[in-house]
Formats: sequence, structure tokens, C-alpha cells
Amino acid sequence: MTTTMERICMRGNLPLRILVAILVIIAVLFIGIPLAALLLRVPPELMLSSLQDTVVIDALFLSLVTASISTVIVIGFGTPIAYINARCQYPGKKIIDTITDIPVVLPPAVAGLALLMAFGRRGLVGQYLNLAGIDIAFTTIAVIMAQVFVASPFYIRQARTSFAGVNRVYEQAARTLGASPLTTFFSVTVPLAITGILSGAVMTFARALGEFGATIMFAGNLQGKTQTMPLAIYGALQGDINASLALAVILVIISFAVIIVIKILTEKEEAAP
Amino acid sequence: MTRSTLLISLAAGITILALLLAAGCTSSVTSPAQEKKQLTVFAAASLTGAMTDISKTYEAGHPDTKIVLNFDNAATLRTQIEQGAHADLFLSANTKHLTALQGEGLIINNSVKIFAKNKLALLIPKENRANITGLSDLAQPGIRLVVGTQEAPFGDYTRQALGKMANDSAYGLLYQNAVMKNIISEEPTVPSLVAKLRIGEADAGIAFASDVSEGDRALVTTIPIPDRYNVIALYPLGIVQESMVKDQAAAFAQFITSTEGNAILVRYGFAPADR
Repeated sequence: MTTTMERICMRGNLPLRILVAILVIIAVLFIGIPLAALLLRVPPELMLSSLQDTVVIDALFLSLVTASISTVIVIGFGTPIAYINARCQYPGKKIIDTITDIPVVLPPAVAGLALLMAFGRRGLVGQYLNLAGIDIAFTTIAVIMAQVFVASPFYIRQARTSFAGVNRVYEQAARTLGASPLTTFFSVTVPLAITGILSGAVMTFARALGEFGATIMFAGNLQGKTQTMPLAIYGALQGDINASLALAVILVIISFAVIIVIKILTEKEEAAP
Repeated sequence: MTRSTLLISLAAGITILALLLAAGCTSSVTSPAQEKKQLTVFAAASLTGAMTDISKTYEAGHPDTKIVLNFDNAATLRTQIEQGAHADLFLSANTKHLTALQGEGLIINNSVKIFAKNKLALLIPKENRANITGLSDLAQPGIRLVVGTQEAPFGDYTRQALGKMANDSAYGLLYQNAVMKNIISEEPTVPSLVAKLRIGEADAGIAFASDVSEGDRALVTTIPIPDRYNVIALYPLGIVQESMVKDQAAAFAQFITSTEGNAILVRYGFAPADR
């Protein structure tokens, strides 16, 4: 393994290596410069004063709460789907696999419109909920639903791959030693797949935090109730650009943290034999 | 295996470079002189219907001009122009954003003029399930109301109008508070507000009288708001300093304020500007 890697990295003629280096530098700068520009535009004192702005505080709080709840919901519903799709053959498996993957390729605005057509008060399901006195669209619940819809595939896909990677021998050993299927799942399968599960959950959290298109369509835009960070960034851009920039920097910092957490998690796995 | 992967990625990289170079070359080729002049117009979203119509009429009479329209919230358009977006003519839904651009030296001063006026109105879906007949119904608990964001002109005017009503004994502060409580969403643009009414997600909205397009009139009713509470919006236009086609922009601006242009604006619910 190391020898092939070294061969690629150390050998090869010079012009080739220079060309590769140029392409790498262009790619890194392309992503790095806008991020740096954002960070440089916001001096710490502006950041601190923006953090006292109620629009910023409300958006930050709402985003963290809704994204956390969304992640918990996705783990709760996504884990069984990921597990059975990794382990079992059953009729319609491909269909379920495809449906749970669709939100990844769907533009978020389409997701929002679809949710509105389903759960709006004239919607396919929403009209009956409305008769029962339940209105979902344009509430904080709608924010969470939009996030769950858009972010769930990130967890389900990752967890499915991780479950598929767990060697069944360990599970069978636990079963022959008398563990129930549920005990086996929680004390053997989950610990072995934990890295993938966690990084999937972190990705879902990050995607939920960044949700914009589906939220503004399905949940609307109301400070303290449905105005999450991305919506506040968009809204504040029309007025107080400083609030926009402060929120953007907070999101950049969170994104960095997310990537670092995933890196640490996956490196641990690579280090393990 | 690994070597072929490297080769493939290299080939991809070289292709990208080649494409970049090719793109650079084609853009430097000079275009023929008799090509159509392209005029980019940034217009407040409330002008969507009227300006689409006006520019079609204008293009029909001026085959040498091609008008590209970009509609958005006036505040967003202003930010875009400030950030260097290419526009020749800016049509705002209030004087604030155009004046700001003038202050920054981005608009030609003597090109600025008011071309239309607009008033707020109450917008109700045709089926009117919530049974709204006038302004006083907006305070009823459970009414789902949509307004503009504080930054969008129509949202700003709505707050001003509600402020006037709060100071009037006929409505008062309690009315204003009750109405504000009924807001389910603050929409960044008028079309997104009207959409919420059309699909029946909201019971009422407040926007400009002109905001219900001809196609929507079958679906959305407008109830006028009395002048003493209303806010008269002045729509100014201005030619962008950086424009390369200032003459064309001036000619089109002239057309917008002409009798023919005014007639179209009136058809879409605007009031003509004083001359």
C-alpha cells in the first residue's frame, strides 16, 4: 500500500509533477480565497456586536435547535432503513433505496414545494390535518421537516455503507453466545460501525444547518420562528450586510468544525487495524 | 491500475486547461458591428408584469435593441449593483435604494426620474375562506397573514401603514399588535407573497395594488387601503454610471415615461407619475 503511494508521489517526471502541482494550487485557491475574503471582511469587534443583534441570536438559536432535533429524528428513522438495506434482501429494496436517496439530487426548492403540496393546508395530507386543526406549514415544525427531508440521505447512505462493512462473523458469534438480535445490534454492530454512523450524523447536522431553499418555501421566513441562519443571511443582505457577514462567518466556523470532526473520526478508523 | 488513474486525472486536468484557454480565445474575438445592442435592466420584482410587457412593446418598435430583464427585491438589486453586477438601467420600488446608489456615484444623477406610483392594497384569495372583507378583519385571531420583509420596500411600507393605523383611534395599538401576531411569513419578494395566497396557504397579504398580475386576478382579489393609512410608493429609475449603452438606456427610459409606457403601467395597477 505505502509503496504504491510512494511510487505515485515520488516518481514521475518533473513537468508532470509541476502540472499536477499547478492544478492542485488552482483548486485550493478557488475554494480558499472566498472563505478567506469572508473571514477578512468581519473583524472580531463587528462579530461581537453582531452577536448582540436579536436577528442574529434568534437565527443562531433556532438553527442549532432545529438542526439538532432533525439529526436525532434522522438517526431514529434512518438507522433501521440503513441496517435492513445493508443486510437484508426483500422485495422492493431497490425502490426504498432509491426513494431515500432522492433528496440528495433534488434541488432544495423542489423539496420545499413538494413538502408544501403534501403538508400545506391544501396539500395531499395537509388538508386532512387542517380539518383536524393541525397546520404544519410555516411553523417551526415545518423547518425541521424541511431539514429532515433534505439532510436524511447523508446519514442513511453513510450508515448503510458502515453496516455493510461490519463482518457478520462477529454478529453470529454474539448470537451463538445467546445475545438477542437487539443486544447484538447495539453491543456488536453499532460499535463496529460507529465511525460511519457518527460522520453520517455530523454531515446530516451540517446539511440541516445550511438548509435554505426548502425552508423558505415550506416554512416561510419569520424571525424567531422559522428564520434560520441561511434565511437570515439572505434577509439581512437586503438591509444590514454586517449581520449577514457575521452569520456567514459563524456558518463557516461550524463547517470547519464539522470537517475536522469527520477527519478525526475517519483517521481513527484508518489507524485501527 | 494506479498509473492509469493518474493518467486519467491528468488528462482531465489538461482538458480543463485547454477549455479555459479556448474560452479565453473566443471571448477576445471581436463581434460584428451591426449586432443588437443588449440593454440590461434591473427592476424591482413588483414591476415583473408591467416591465415584461413594456420591454416587449419597445423591442417590437426597436429591432436593434435587446432588453434583458432581471427582477428581484430592490434591495438585492442594489447590493448586486454595488458589488459590480452589470446593469444599464435600474428601476427601484422606492427612492431609498436609488438614492443610496446615487450617493455612491453609481447612478448618473440627471437620469433619475420618478416614472410610476403605487399604493398598498389588501390581497385576498378569491375563495376567501377566512371571510376577510376589510382591514379590521386582519386582527382576528388565527388569520394567516403574509407581508414583506422589513428590508423590502413593500414590507417597509406595510409597517408604516400599520403604524399609521396604530395612531388612529379607529384601529389603535392593540389592532397593530394583533395583526403583527398573525403574520406567518415575511416574504422577500411580491411574487413569493402572491404565490402563498394563490396556493391557499395564507388568508391575506399586504402588497402593492399593482402586484396582482392579470393572470392572477381570477385567483386573487384586491381591497384598497384608504389613503390616510396608505403609503404612496414612488418608483424612480436611473441609468447606471458604468453602462456602455447609455443612449439606448436613455431612449428606453424615455419610452417607459411616455404615454404609451404609462398606459401599460396603469394597466398593471400603477398610478402614472406627475409630469
